[in-house]
Amino acid sequence: MLELKNLNKAFGDNVAVSALTFSLQKGEVLGFLGQNGAGKSTTMRMISGVLEPDSGDAVLNGHSIVSERREAQSQIGYLPEGAPLYRDMTPLAFLRFIADTHGLNRSGRNDAVDRVIADARIADVANQSIGSLSKGYRRRVGLAAALVNDPPILLLDEPTDGLDPIQKRAVRALVARMAPTKAIVISTHTLEEVPAMCSRVLVINNGMMVADDTPQALENRKPGGLEEVFISLANSHEAGAK
Amino acid sequence: MDWTGTMASIKAAWRREISAYFATPLAYVFIAIFLLVLGIFTWDLSRFFDTGAADLGPFFYWHPWLFMMFMPALAMRLWAEETNSGTAELLLSLPVNLPGLVIGKLLAAWSVAAFALILTFPWWITVNILGPADNAAIALTYFVSLIMAGAYLAIGAAVSALTRSAVLAFVIGVLIAFILTAAGWPLVSGAVADWLGPSAGDAVAQFSFLTHFETAQRGVLELRGLFFFLGFTTLCIALNTLFVAQRRAGAQ
Repeated sequence: MLELKNLNKAFGDNVAVSALTFSLQKGEVLGFLGQNGAGKSTTMRMISGVLEPDSGDAVLNGHSIVSERREAQSQIGYLPEGAPLYRDMTPLAFLRFIADTHGLNRSGRNDAVDRVIADARIADVANQSIGSLSKGYRRRVGLAAALVNDPPILLLDEPTDGLDPIQKRAVRALVARMAPTKAIVISTHTLEEVPAMCSRVLVINNGMMVADDTPQALENRKPGGLEEVFISLANSHEAGAK
Repeated sequence: MDWTGTMASIKAAWRREISAYFATPLAYVFIAIFLLVLGIFTWDLSRFFDTGAADLGPFFYWHPWLFMMFMPALAMRLWAEETNSGTAELLLSLPVNLPGLVIGKLLAAWSVAAFALILTFPWWITVNILGPADNAAIALTYFVSLIMAGAYLAIGAAVSALTRSAVLAFVIGVLIAFILTAAGWPLVSGAVADWLGPSAGDAVAQFSFLTHFETAQRGVLELRGLFFFLGFTTLCIALNTLFVAQRRAGAQ
């Protein structure tokens, strides 16, 4: 469903993503782990078509993000880091705008918007200004926007970053409800997210993949659990790079 | 060319931007100040009632000079705010047609400018009360003024795509608009002619909005002028699209 083929991106001399290759099937929830600056967001931006890769490709449900960008983009729902939204709009107007960009007709648009408002549980704030909503609600509006076209692939960049425990739980529950029917990539540096939401973990460091395993298998690699494994993967790569 | 996709993108972007203009005081403040300043300039500086003629010449005279300031103000946030708030990332992840987005945003700003122009109708009524006015000529000048407003807006929108600061976009937009306006001012074109020769002075004046609007001010539709404004707008739309597309390459 999602296939990354030797994806590369550099900003000047700084290599952000290097030869990244993996594939993801329907029903899988991939925890995309790495330190800040490891290349997670750059990878997400390339998969979503926000950034062009220097070389390589991402194939989304059979469509290349390089040669069939718009067809590929219609296969994804993307929640960028920080869930940027138009603060002057209401969630209802914002979701209608997103539906318009997907080319839905009026009845399709209304059905889709009603569906995601129910899925994200934002009906009680649907007519309030987005700028007046709490961070948790704004994140849910962002998630609802990512679901408007009922995409087979979901890309969520730090979906729970900065949320309180109750808000985190609401987001996790939403992801769990979506998981069986979609391929989901969750970029995060919060390790507690992984066992709670993911069926698979991919760790990158300095733009390169350093681990690809199940959360359980990764956790069992060291006595200290996932945190120790994560630190050792980051350190070993840094040591190797020196 | 994917016309359906382009039209859908234009429509979506236009709706979004129109709602943004009127959801905040921006459009209302813009229209109020524009009408006020245009009124003061026409009434006071051009001594509208002292001309003794039933024509809107003193009113249209100020359009290029005011558009030079007001249109970049209207367009400054179109892309800069998207970059600054991070919504540009969301926008670029959507399956939209980029030229369609650029055109839709520009059309929204153009619609606000058109609304502001429509609200100047009391001047038109006034000249008809003062005496028999050439309404066809006035309608034509309004039309060319609106087309010219689009060209000024296109400058502002293109510049807005280059920065995350709306204020900086405004300043640069006004600077470019000033150059393109003042180039046709006799003081400037005359100085260039004295310095580099008459043909250079003429050439500089031909790139000025002022020069091409002057013909319309006399109630004459000159296709060359119309094509100049439309061509300039198209060029700015192409540049705007290019500037936004450059972000995909990671240039910004």
